[in-house]
Amino acid sequence: MSLVDYLLLVAGMGAVTYIPRWLPLFALAQRRLPQGLVDWLRLIPVAILSALVAPALLTDSATRTLSFGKPEFWVAIPTLFFAWRSRSLAGTVIFGMFLFWLAGKF
Amino acid sequence: MTHTNNAADEAVQDISPGWLREGLVAAAPIALGYFPLGMAMGVLGQKAGLSAGMVALMSLLVYAGSAQFIAVAMLGTGAGPGAIILTTFVVNFRHLLMSFALSVPLRGARRGFLSLFSYGITDETFAVNMTRFRQDGWDRRRALVVNEGSHLAWVGATTCGAWAGAFIPAGAFGIDYALVAMFLCLLVFQLQGRLYVLTALATAILSVVLYLFVPGNAYVVLASVGGATIGFLLQKRKNRTRRVS
Repeated sequence: MSLVDYLLLVAGMGAVTYIPRWLPLFALAQRRLPQGLVDWLRLIPVAILSALVAPALLTDSATRTLSFGKPEFWVAIPTLFFAWRSRSLAGTVIFGMFLFWLAGKF
Repeated sequence: MTHTNNAADEAVQDISPGWLREGLVAAAPIALGYFPLGMAMGVLGQKAGLSAGMVALMSLLVYAGSAQFIAVAMLGTGAGPGAIILTTFVVNFRHLLMSFALSVPLRGARRGFLSLFSYGITDETFAVNMTRFRQDGWDRRRALVVNEGSHLAWVGATTCGAWAGAFIPAGAFGIDYALVAMFLCLLVFQLQGRLYVLTALATAILSVVLYLFVPGNAYVVLASVGGATIGFLLQKRKNRTRRVS
């Protein structure tokens, strides 16, 4: 692949990534959204976080099958508890990493 | 949250000091998680025949973790640019939903700002900023610093990986768990009542089921939209019965 081909490739990848990131914000941030839509959007962050993290804890990504009892899952339980009690993002990240590292020792 | 005094908010926001430091502190957990991920991506890029500069350019222009992994894997198998660009589009389409949700806290921002800000919307910056916007003292400028700081960390980590190889061994210090722990913590921060807990549980079930049966990563968007809609309908029904009784 020549350098020009590569430049075109990453420019194309950049454009198709940027447009979905940009369009809703650019088009909607200037106007007042209906209250129903705002109420729905308020639930989107918790939904996205849950959607991102649940398969990482409960499935095997290589085979894409259910996998109960992964270290990721067991470590998640005390990590969630720690986050709830401490309300500290940095503390929770360090705590989770430490437990995951510990889980790897066994 | 009221959106009636946006102009006044903006005036206050503009003089609130410490925005750079606070933004960078908020970006630190993201940067920590990006490091092992970015180095792995850089190493794969180098194996696919890319120089460190080429990897840096991709991270600068695209800034998307999983899409870049897939792109270098496809490059390695000799896939054409059309197929790689189409795959990138599909994999990154989920950011549409995040951009949509960000239009509420960023209401009234200037279009130039929005265009710059949206460049840095990723799963991680979205999660951190949406959580912070709920708290007092968070504003657009701090949110932009989170986006830009995280982007810089991503470019740095991927370039390091391509240039020097992964000098943090896989699994060291549990660093592979950094982003999972961050998402878990931000999830807890979002749980502000029963409705949010129910939405999270419904979405988790939907997400796992969709992950098992739908190829690609459409599960993120489908489960999020489905879960948020279930929560929204539950809330509406509750309001209606309350009004009747």
